[in-house]
Amino acid sequence: MDTLAILLYIQIALSLFCLFRVIRGPSIADRMVGLDIFGILVVGICAILTIQTGRSFILDIGIAWIILSFIGTLTLAKYLSGKKLNE
Amino acid sequence: MASTIFISVGVLFNLFGCIGLIRLPDVYNRLQSATKCVTLGTCSILVGVLIHFGFINTGVKALIAIPLLFFSATVAAHALVRGAYHAGIKLGDKSVKDDYKDAVK
Repeated sequence: MDTLAILLYIQIALSLFCLFRVIRGPSIADRMVGLDIFGILVVGICAILTIQTGRSFILDIGIAWIILSFIGTLTLAKYLSGKKLNE
Repeated sequence: MASTIFISVGVLFNLFGCIGLIRLPDVYNRLQSATKCVTLGTCSILVGVLIHFGFINTGVKALIAIPLLFFSATVAAHALVRGAYHAGIKLGDKSVKDDYKDAVK
Protein backbone atom coordinates (compact mmCIF):
# COMPACT_ATOMS: atom_id res chain seq x y z
CA MET A 1 0.00 0.00 0.00
CA ASP A 2 1.52 3.30 -1.05
CA THR A 3 1.44 6.60 0.80
CA LEU A 4 -1.36 8.09 -1.28
CA ALA A 5 -3.79 5.30 -0.39
CA ILE A 6 -3.11 5.80 3.34
CA LEU A 7 -3.76 9.54 2.98
CA LEU A 8 -6.99 8.77 1.10
CA TYR A 9 -8.21 6.51 3.92
CA ILE A 10 -7.34 9.18 6.53
CA GLN A 11 -9.32 11.75 4.54
CA ILE A 12 -12.36 9.46 4.32
CA ALA A 13 -12.19 8.85 8.09
CA LEU A 14 -12.09 12.63 8.71
CA SER A 15 -15.23 13.14 6.64
CA LEU A 16 -16.95 10.49 8.76
CA PHE A 17 -15.94 12.49 11.87
CA CYS A 18 -17.75 15.48 10.35
CA LEU A 19 -20.87 13.34 9.95
CA PHE A 20 -20.56 12.57 13.68
CA ARG A 21 -20.92 16.32 14.35
CA VAL A 22 -23.91 16.44 11.99
CA ILE A 23 -25.63 13.68 13.95
CA ARG A 24 -24.69 14.83 17.48
CA GLY A 25 -24.91 18.62 17.07
CA PRO A 26 -26.78 20.34 19.92
CA SER A 27 -28.18 23.14 17.74
CA ILE A 28 -29.10 23.42 14.07
CA ALA A 29 -26.09 25.66 13.35
CA ASP A 30 -23.72 22.87 14.45
CA ARG A 31 -25.26 20.52 11.90
CA MET A 32 -24.87 23.14 9.18
CA VAL A 33 -21.20 23.70 10.07
CA GLY A 34 -20.64 19.94 9.88
CA LEU A 35 -22.24 19.76 6.43
CA ASP A 36 -20.17 22.71 5.17
CA ILE A 37 -16.89 21.17 6.34
CA PHE A 38 -17.96 17.78 4.96
CA GLY A 39 -18.38 19.35 1.53
CA ILE A 40 -14.87 20.79 1.59
CA LEU A 41 -13.37 17.45 2.71
CA VAL A 42 -15.08 15.63 -0.16
CA VAL A 43 -13.27 17.97 -2.58
CA GLY A 44 -9.99 16.77 -1.04
CA ILE A 45 -11.07 13.14 -1.51
CA CYS A 46 -11.83 13.89 -5.19
CA ALA A 47 -8.41 15.51 -5.63
CA ILE A 48 -6.54 12.50 -4.19
CA LEU A 49 -8.65 10.11 -6.28
CA THR A 50 -7.69 12.10 -9.38
CA ILE A 51 -4.01 11.35 -8.80
CA GLN A 52 -4.65 7.70 -7.92
CA THR A 53 -6.79 6.83 -10.91
CA GLY A 54 -5.30 9.30 -13.42
CA ARG A 55 -8.75 10.29 -14.68
CA SER A 56 -9.41 14.01 -14.79
CA PHE A 57 -13.22 14.03 -14.63
CA ILE A 58 -13.19 13.33 -10.87
CA LEU A 59 -11.81 16.83 -10.28
CA ASP A 60 -14.84 18.19 -12.19
CA ILE A 61 -17.07 16.52 -9.59
CA GLY A 62 -15.07 18.34 -6.91
CA ILE A 63 -15.52 21.74 -8.59
CA ALA A 64 -19.27 21.15 -8.94
CA TRP A 65 -19.41 20.11 -5.28
CA ILE A 66 -17.75 23.39 -4.21
CA ILE A 67 -20.41 25.46 -5.98
CA LEU A 68 -23.35 23.36 -4.74
CA SER A 69 -22.06 23.43 -1.15
CA PHE A 70 -21.62 27.22 -1.34
CA ILE A 71 -25.17 27.83 -2.56
CA GLY A 72 -26.67 25.38 -0.08
CA THR A 73 -24.84 26.88 2.89
CA LEU A 74 -25.84 30.44 1.90
CA THR A 75 -29.48 29.41 1.60
CA LEU A 76 -29.49 27.63 4.95
CA ALA A 77 -27.78 30.60 6.63
CA LYS A 78 -30.45 32.93 5.24
CA TYR A 79 -33.12 30.56 6.54
CA LEU A 80 -31.43 30.43 9.94
CA SER A 81 -31.35 34.21 10.37
CA GLY A 82 -35.11 34.28 9.84
CA LYS A 83 -35.36 36.32 6.63
CA LYS A 84 -37.05 35.62 3.35
CA LEU A 85 -34.88 34.74 0.38
CA ASN A 86 -35.62 37.95 -1.57
CA GLU A 87 -34.54 40.41 1.13
CA MET B 1 7.54 13.31 -4.59
CA ALA B 2 6.91 17.01 -3.90
CA SER B 3 3.21 16.47 -4.60
CA THR B 4 3.07 13.77 -1.89
CA ILE B 5 4.61 16.21 0.61
CA PHE B 6 1.99 18.86 -0.21
CA ILE B 7 -0.85 16.33 0.08
CA SER B 8 0.50 15.08 3.43
CA VAL B 9 0.59 18.64 4.81
CA GLY B 10 -2.98 19.17 3.58
CA VAL B 11 -4.29 16.00 5.23
CA LEU B 12 -2.51 17.03 8.46
CA PHE B 13 -4.28 20.42 8.42
CA ASN B 14 -7.60 18.66 7.75
CA LEU B 15 -6.92 16.46 10.79
CA PHE B 16 -6.37 19.52 13.00
CA GLY B 17 -9.55 21.14 11.69
CA CYS B 18 -11.63 18.04 12.38
CA ILE B 19 -10.21 17.73 15.90
CA GLY B 20 -11.31 21.34 16.46
CA LEU B 21 -14.73 20.57 14.99
CA ILE B 22 -15.22 17.68 17.42
CA ARG B 23 -13.67 19.10 20.59
CA LEU B 24 -14.37 22.85 20.85
CA PRO B 25 -17.25 24.05 23.07
CA ASP B 26 -19.65 26.20 21.02
CA VAL B 27 -20.61 26.76 17.39
CA TYR B 28 -18.50 29.90 16.80
CA ASN B 29 -15.27 28.27 17.97
CA ARG B 30 -16.03 25.16 15.96
CA LEU B 31 -16.67 27.17 12.82
CA GLN B 32 -13.52 29.28 12.98
CA SER B 33 -11.25 26.32 13.69
CA ALA B 34 -12.78 24.04 11.10
CA THR B 35 -13.11 26.61 8.30
CA LYS B 36 -9.56 27.97 8.53
CA CYS B 37 -7.80 24.63 8.83
CA VAL B 38 -9.89 22.71 6.30
CA THR B 39 -9.77 25.45 3.65
CA LEU B 40 -5.99 25.73 3.87
CA GLY B 41 -5.59 21.92 3.90
CA THR B 42 -7.75 21.35 0.84
CA CYS B 43 -5.98 24.16 -1.03
CA SER B 44 -2.68 22.44 -0.21
CA ILE B 45 -4.02 19.13 -1.59
CA LEU B 46 -5.04 20.92 -4.80
CA VAL B 47 -1.56 22.47 -5.07
CA GLY B 48 -0.21 18.92 -4.81
CA VAL B 49 -2.44 17.86 -7.72
CA LEU B 50 -1.18 20.86 -9.73
CA ILE B 51 2.46 19.91 -9.10
CA HIS B 52 1.81 16.24 -9.95
CA PHE B 53 0.16 16.89 -13.32
CA GLY B 54 1.86 20.13 -14.39
CA PHE B 55 0.21 22.79 -16.50
CA ILE B 56 -1.87 20.49 -18.69
CA ASN B 57 -5.64 20.05 -18.50
CA THR B 58 -5.95 18.38 -15.09
CA GLY B 59 -3.48 20.71 -13.39
CA VAL B 60 -5.26 23.76 -14.78
CA LYS B 61 -8.53 22.40 -13.37
CA ALA B 62 -6.89 22.25 -9.93
CA LEU B 63 -5.60 25.80 -10.43
CA ILE B 64 -9.16 26.94 -11.18
CA ALA B 65 -10.54 25.13 -8.12
CA ILE B 66 -8.15 26.83 -5.65
CA PRO B 67 -9.51 30.44 -5.71
CA LEU B 68 -13.06 29.14 -6.13
CA LEU B 69 -12.74 27.09 -2.94
CA PHE B 70 -10.90 29.86 -1.08
CA PHE B 71 -13.51 32.58 -1.62
CA SER B 72 -16.65 30.42 -1.47
CA ALA B 73 -15.71 28.67 1.79
CA THR B 74 -14.89 31.90 3.62
CA VAL B 75 -18.01 33.73 2.41
CA ALA B 76 -20.21 30.77 3.34
CA ALA B 77 -18.67 30.58 6.82
CA HIS B 78 -19.22 34.31 7.39
CA ALA B 79 -22.87 34.08 6.33
CA LEU B 80 -23.35 31.02 8.51
CA VAL B 81 -21.96 32.58 11.69
CA ARG B 82 -23.98 35.75 11.08
CA GLY B 83 -27.15 33.72 10.69
CA ALA B 84 -26.36 31.75 13.82
CA TYR B 85 -25.91 34.96 15.82
CA HIS B 86 -29.18 36.42 14.56
CA ALA B 87 -30.96 33.17 15.34
CA GLY B 88 -30.10 33.73 19.01
CA ILE B 89 -27.59 30.95 19.64
CA LYS B 90 -25.64 31.81 22.82
CA LEU B 91 -21.87 31.93 23.13
CA GLY B 92 -20.10 29.32 25.25
CA ASP B 93 -19.66 29.56 29.00
CA LYS B 94 -15.99 30.53 28.85
CA SER B 95 -16.43 33.37 26.33
CA VAL B 96 -15.44 36.74 27.80
CA LYS B 97 -16.16 39.35 25.09
CA ASP B 98 -19.02 40.01 22.67
CA ASP B 99 -18.42 43.09 20.52
CA TYR B 100 -21.02 42.22 17.90
CA LYS B 101 -23.85 42.67 20.41
CA ASP B 102 -23.24 46.45 20.45
CA ALA B 103 -22.81 46.66 16.68
CA VAL B 104 -26.04 44.86 15.82
CA LYS B 105 -28.31 47.36 17.62
